[in-house]
Amino acid sequence: MTDVYIVGVDMIKFGRFPDRTVPQIGAEAALLALDDCGLTIQDMQALYCGNLGQASGMVGQRLLQEIGQTGMPVVNVANACATGATAFREAWTAIKAGLYDLTLAVGVEQMGKGLLGGGGGAKGISKEGLLGSGTMPAVFAEAGMEHANKYGTTFEQFAKVSVKNHHHSTLNPKAMYQIETPLETVMNAEMISYPNTKLMCSVNVDGSAAAVLASESKVRELGLMDRAVKVRASVLSSDPWQARDLVMPDVNSCTRLAAKAAYEMAGLGAQDIDLVELHDCFATAEILHYENLGLCGDGEAGRLIDDGDVALGGKIPVNVSGGLLSKGHPLGATGIANIYEVSTHLRGEAGKRQVEGATIGMTHVIGLGSACAIHILEKAS
Amino acid sequence: MSAAPLPVVPYLKIPAAGDPYLEGHQCSSCNTIFLGERQVCSKCAARDQMETIKLAQTGTLYSYSIVFRSFPGIDVPYISAIVDLDDGTTIKGNLINVEPDPEQIQFGMPVEVVFDDALGRKDNDGNSYLAYFFQPKS
Ligand SMILES: [Zn+2]
Repeated sequence: MTDVYIVGVDMIKFGRFPDRTVPQIGAEAALLALDDCGLTIQDMQALYCGNLGQASGMVGQRLLQEIGQTGMPVVNVANACATGATAFREAWTAIKAGLYDLTLAVGVEQMGKGLLGGGGGAKGISKEGLLGSGTMPAVFAEAGMEHANKYGTTFEQFAKVSVKNHHHSTLNPKAMYQIETPLETVMNAEMISYPNTKLMCSVNVDGSAAAVLASESKVRELGLMDRAVKVRASVLSSDPWQARDLVMPDVNSCTRLAAKAAYEMAGLGAQDIDLVELHDCFATAEILHYENLGLCGDGEAGRLIDDGDVALGGKIPVNVSGGLLSKGHPLGATGIANIYEVSTHLRGEAGKRQVEGATIGMTHVIGLGSACAIHILEKAS
Repeated sequence: MSAAPLPVVPYLKIPAAGDPYLEGHQCSSCNTIFLGERQVCSKCAARDQMETIKLAQTGTLYSYSIVFRSFPGIDVPYISAIVDLDDGTTIKGNLINVEPDPEQIQFGMPVEVVFDDALGRKDNDGNSYLAYFFQPKS
């Protein structure tokens, strides 16, 4: 089977665009990714379009109505917060299978403000605040407090994740926010669901990101190998059975399953990874994934954040884009936006936030329910 | 409109005589306990091996969050708790009769399941509901 490369990849600056349509927002990223490799929509053989908010709305086809109706096959993808990464993986799979040489993956989302999750049932009465909470901040707070129960992780350690990612975002012009948030500011911000304060919750924003994928022969034929990024591993998992599944969405097992498979597919280990963009939907979640992805041993995540190992300049920088916490989290776009981030570092084009000498990076997203997608990317040689 | 309260979830049982209780469905092939009726075990995939059981009334606190921001009309703060029952089942609910302060909440603290009115909530037909809660075990 052919190796698959990213030849064009980009994202729009995340923000709030209530006056634009979802296809318009997605089309902007698609054009940016095409321009990044000097190709056109006529060159693309298939489109994989990720979006959650209008999952039944044929967003991919409407996107082509904005930028060129070539008649190519379009697949619309919805997979919770793994939507964008799943669309990317479908684009990868099609080239792997030998069906196409050039595919386009787009992730796009237009978000409202406010809390996600915990809606009442169709029948009876609302269970929110009666049988616990189903809001996302509470669900991920409980996942974090499970770690606190096992390893004594503190509110301050969770808060440090947010300090770090907000600091990183000051170096990223495409992030929603570029604001330093010192520890006291994070810990004293409005408490949403202990231990997650408002600054420890990801930002609901609109956004889009896109990637052009190519087979190895096509990359060579087009002379695009210089800036190409090789996909060393592409893995998708669902959550295997766990004892507390019925009441506690499990973000750990599916991540561990996907990470193991990704390291095997790429033929390398965590020690070979130079940077990671992982799913920090809440500050509590990032701590869990240090261990889930094997960046440290079980119970060592608190030390990793305390020692600064995961900050830019540290041993294994995590979320140098600012992460979902400050770059923003447009659900369907997030999985491709983090592929853009890692690719940009591997190309040596990340400017002030560049992870020096980065050659291999990892991206990770989790959609509750659950879906985990992991990609390992390498600078083409 | 019925006079007697309705169960807030299908696995809360209100017998005609005797106290309310939570019901589980146990796979006789792998012993895993589920909430709610089902035909197939999602752990071992065995079919038609489910037996109805009464869940334990006591357990320990496994994880929690103190919820300060919720949807309009929901009283905050409250403690959303994950409890491991003594029979190995895990259930989620409000932890009551404890201050919503991390200093007052200990992992592993013994709790018991208690049944009470669903905080006065009624459905569109005016029915009232019986809910379950956790409280520190005395
Ligand atoms: Zn079973």
